[in-house]
Amino acid sequence: MGITSYIILSLTLFTIGIIGVLVRRNAIIVFMCVELMLNAVNLLLVAFSKMHSASTAAKASLTFASDAQIFVFFIMIVAAAEVSVGLAIIVMMYRNTHSIDVNFLNRLKN
Amino acid sequence: MNAILFSAVWGIVMMFSGVFIKSKSTPKYLAIAGIVLLCIVNGAELYTGMPLYNYDTMNMLSTTGFNLTFLEVIFGCTLFYFLLNGSDIEKVGEHVGEYFALIFFVLCGVALSATYQTLLLLFIGIEIMSIPLYILTGSDKRNLKSNEASLKYFLMGAFSTGILLMGIAFIYGGNSNASFYINQLQIGVGPMPVMVTFGLVFLMIALSFKVSAAPFHFWAPDVYDGSPTVFSSFMMTIVKVAGFIAFIRLFQYSFGLVNVQWQKLIIVITIATFVIGNITAVFQQSVKRMMAYSSIAQAGFMLLAIFALNDKAKEGLILYAAAYSLATIGFFAILVRMNDKTIEGFNGLGKTQPVLALTATLFLLSLTGIPLTAGFQAKFYMLMAAVQNGSNFWIVIVAVLFAAVSAYYYFKVIQAIYFKQPQGVAIEAENVSSFYKVMLVITAVIIIILGAYPELLIGWVYHL
Repeated sequence: MGITSYIILSLTLFTIGIIGVLVRRNAIIVFMCVELMLNAVNLLLVAFSKMHSASTAAKASLTFASDAQIFVFFIMIVAAAEVSVGLAIIVMMYRNTHSIDVNFLNRLKN
Repeated sequence: MNAILFSAVWGIVMMFSGVFIKSKSTPKYLAIAGIVLLCIVNGAELYTGMPLYNYDTMNMLSTTGFNLTFLEVIFGCTLFYFLLNGSDIEKVGEHVGEYFALIFFVLCGVALSATYQTLLLLFIGIEIMSIPLYILTGSDKRNLKSNEASLKYFLMGAFSTGILLMGIAFIYGGNSNASFYINQLQIGVGPMPVMVTFGLVFLMIALSFKVSAAPFHFWAPDVYDGSPTVFSSFMMTIVKVAGFIAFIRLFQYSFGLVNVQWQKLIIVITIATFVIGNITAVFQQSVKRMMAYSSIAQAGFMLLAIFALNDKAKEGLILYAAAYSLATIGFFAILVRMNDKTIEGFNGLGKTQPVLALTATLFLLSLTGIPLTAGFQAKFYMLMAAVQNGSNFWIVIVAVLFAAVSAYYYFKVIQAIYFKQPQGVAIEAENVSSFYKVMLVITAVIIIILGAYPELLIGWVYHL
């Protein structure tokens, strides 16, 4: 499989994530769609890393093509930190309103 | 480098102070000691050019005079923020030590995003800056508006992080160097690949989200309005200007060679920010919400630095960071203690609290950009940078016109302070200590000094 297939798959996942964030009303589902966006990026980074390590230009350069794979681990860690904060916020909202519907978010609009 | 180390360590110290110290006012003094320490270690690194611990960062961090001066401005403004608002932070809730700890973690993120040299650290810095803020926004746990602001900020922040990462992935895939270092991307050498174009646009959108530039500003008024007033002042100043330094460094080092191609996009964003920020602020009744929109309008001026991208723009950004942060922090320190937070709440403040009225007027004048205040010099440097850029001169005219519009809503508050009759008690007498008044006056004096002698600050940019 060429790199194009990976780019198409990853962009598809990313678009599903974006549409989910914009369309869905359940806070947890919106949140899962954000995670889907991050995972699409992870897939793309690993694919690019393999692509670069196969090319000769990268071998000649000072940096290593495996940088992107290390980047993926950082994304996973930050996503985990974000999950812990995000779920706490959703639980806090549920305690006060007994709902996790983001349509509820209209009190500030005068 | 000192700043990153000490802010992270002091954040942990503050966290433990919340556990072990029962007294409610001790964390405040610890936090003030911490920020003074941060100012000193960062100032020492700026002065001598040597960090305390010289660890190998694989060139992932750069400590130039510009970066360190910017950090010094950030820490100085945070010091004033703590001195003016420390007792208001204590009133937000039970967990005082944790609030200060989160602020120190935000400062660590700011230090990273001011000195990053790779896209990895840009991502980590922006995330360390944002995640504690989601918690601070929702720190008023029983208040539905605070809950809503927190959830909205979190979802929008995570969404823009996704876009940022997609941009980084495309930049990485598109450059033949297979590098994340922002000065090795070699964009503009030879034709630009399609993937790099995509990545550039994604990165621009994500960073516009973070600095709340229109049309990606829609979360900002709600979040600034809903979060506790002390924390919205922190978010509107320190965190926003830190977003701008990440923005200008990325676009100068990575995309500086192709700036003709993305300048059009920045012009669109800048004009939209001016129009939406200023026009919407005119119609607000709540002063807090008006300041939220005016902070979007001020972001328009800071975007001129990214449009111009020359030395004057960098000097101007530092001056703007200092002028805007100090004036906004000072004004919010008064606003947070007002009983009524609409414009009517300010009626007759000039008669009942002359010192507060005078300093509030000076902060608003500085935000408008009246000569002899730091705000004027900052706006002047920004406009000069845009003129020196040489192309698209008309953007300067638009900026000046909208600065005039901004005078309308700032002066509405000044008019209420001096030309209206007092109605009820504007601000409780026990909330106004003499220390608080002295601090307000010192903040105002610093704004005037910076307005008269901006070289005091700008000279440090070229020190290292």
